[in-house]
Amino acid sequence: MLHLALFLIFGVIAVVGAINLIAQTHPINSALSLVVVMGSLAAEYLLLGAEFLGAIQVIVYAGAIMVLFVFTIMLLNAGAEEQTRGSKVAIIIGIPGMVIGSVAVAWALIRAHTGAEVPVGSLYGSAQGIGHLLFRDFLLPFEITSVLILIAIMGAVVLARRES
Amino acid sequence: MPTGNLSVTTFVIASIIKIAIVLWVLLTAVAYTVWLERKVVGHIQNRWGPTRVGPFGLLQPLADGLKFIFKEDLTPPYVHKFLYILAPMLALSMSLIAICLIPFGNSVNIAGMNIPLQITDTNIALLIILGITSIAVYGVALAGWSSNSKYSLLGGLRASAQMISYEVALGLSLVGVLILCGTFSLHGIVEAQTGTWFGFIPKWNIFKGQFIAFFIYIMAAYAETNRIPFDLPEAETELVAGYHTEYSSMKFAMFFMAEYSNMVTVACLASILFLGGWTGPVFGPPILHALLPIFWFALRVLFFIFVYIWVRGTLPRFRYDQLMSFAWKFLLPLAIANVMITALVVALRS
Amino acid sequence: MPANYVPIFIFIAIIAVALPVTLLAAKLIRPDNPQKTKAMPYECGVDPIGDARARYTVRFYIIAILFVVFDVETIFLFPWAVQYKALGLFGLAEMLVFLAILIVGYVWVWKKGALEWI
Repeated sequence: MLHLALFLIFGVIAVVGAINLIAQTHPINSALSLVVVMGSLAAEYLLLGAEFLGAIQVIVYAGAIMVLFVFTIMLLNAGAEEQTRGSKVAIIIGIPGMVIGSVAVAWALIRAHTGAEVPVGSLYGSAQGIGHLLFRDFLLPFEITSVLILIAIMGAVVLARRES
Repeated sequence: MPTGNLSVTTFVIASIIKIAIVLWVLLTAVAYTVWLERKVVGHIQNRWGPTRVGPFGLLQPLADGLKFIFKEDLTPPYVHKFLYILAPMLALSMSLIAICLIPFGNSVNIAGMNIPLQITDTNIALLIILGITSIAVYGVALAGWSSNSKYSLLGGLRASAQMISYEVALGLSLVGVLILCGTFSLHGIVEAQTGTWFGFIPKWNIFKGQFIAFFIYIMAAYAETNRIPFDLPEAETELVAGYHTEYSSMKFAMFFMAEYSNMVTVACLASILFLGGWTGPVFGPPILHALLPIFWFALRVLFFIFVYIWVRGTLPRFRYDQLMSFAWKFLLPLAIANVMITALVVALRS
Repeated sequence: MPANYVPIFIFIAIIAVALPVTLLAAKLIRPDNPQKTKAMPYECGVDPIGDARARYTVRFYIIAILFVVFDVETIFLFPWAVQYKALGLFGLAEMLVFLAILIVGYVWVWKKGALEWI
């Protein structure tokens, strides 16, 4: 009962944070809303028994990627977003589009629901479980990840560094 | 599971009591770390340090606290008000939350209940602390940005760049310990270090070959807490007070407390990860059995805090480019090498 | 969620109440006498010129992006490290490959001069 209540509370926080992220005009407020979304997602993972994933969500998304966002906003002195006619059009088309989209997704999920339920915590949520999966069953994807990271390093440096 | 045979209400009440005690001890420790620092640095510089308030100036922290509360608080009109107020609270709360996971000793039996001497332990305790450390960057960055002062912004940028740079080395230095202990639980990490070789060399991680990791951890921790020789963010000769230049009164006190409570947490973690936590000779009646581990633990923490202060009284400050290349060109490769060597040695031995 | 996360949430709740209350309590007792000069951004007595939020050097950005990359790498090492004794020599080999690829990237970044501050 308490479990479900907490799950719903964090879910609501995540959704409110996400809406606030779009509604705010100043980029730093938007970035911090996204941090709140990441934090409540981490709490959701924790509640589902995926504790390792929850911790990683905080360390990587809230603690590294969002720091990069905030840094960029601080460095570039990005000001408040300006409303144009295009953004009005986006609101008029976007909001009904979003509603239709989420209703369609919910409908598809309810239709596809077979009634089989996965008990909380039965997924490979612990660090040991993830380690086992990652380094035994999904070895090739893991090694390819390192190539991906390598490309990310190179791309970042090439983009950011001015040749002197 | 800490609940064990306790009911939910007892569990919650026990947690609240533990939190109250730990918070009280932590805040007192923070206050007296400040006192100790002023005293020790004073003696290093051939001064007396605080002497006026109480015997040996022991009531000085109390006087400081009162002064912080009664000082006028200036909120400049140019600041981003919400973030300006949020930043010090964020910094302080993140530095306090980490203490939740620190084990101060094994468990004690009180009225038939087995109570572990820590607020809580989880399977991923170490990762939670790392997560908290990575969130703590926001406190500093937002303080610098929201103040709308050049000193603050530069200080905030420097501080956050420094913290994230050393976070990589900090994280990598823990991998060796994790290989040896095979768990993220801090209680488990201490348990893995009990016992001795030949009856007198304790099986601490630092003696299991993790001395390089210990060195990296200490360096990174000094940088993470913005202490000398890495206190560039608040280098007073160039940046006045860095990211908290525009803060006064209680909000400044929060940054101040955050720094010292971070020092305490880092000292606790260093003792747990590398120096065997609360392990030590235990003898005598049951009451000593319960108290001696806490004493051994406190002794280690005090040692680390003393070294912190000693370093502050001794070393000059790095230049910023030296600071950055120390993190990226020295500590990072050293940490990766340490991971590989530890893995090789463990593989060869098994 | 295992019960041992509950105390952390209790702790966060206590802190989340206590810190604003401290600020409010201090607000009630301290003097409040703002003046125009007091409220100026502090620049050692000189009147500030321009806005503080200017554009700053791109170095900080490079540091942040390298941090993201190496943080992700560290995260991959964590589950491997706690499982290392169970994985054995196989685990050693796969992590050596992983690290070797990343060390190539690290050396490249160093040679490219991205780690230089000046």
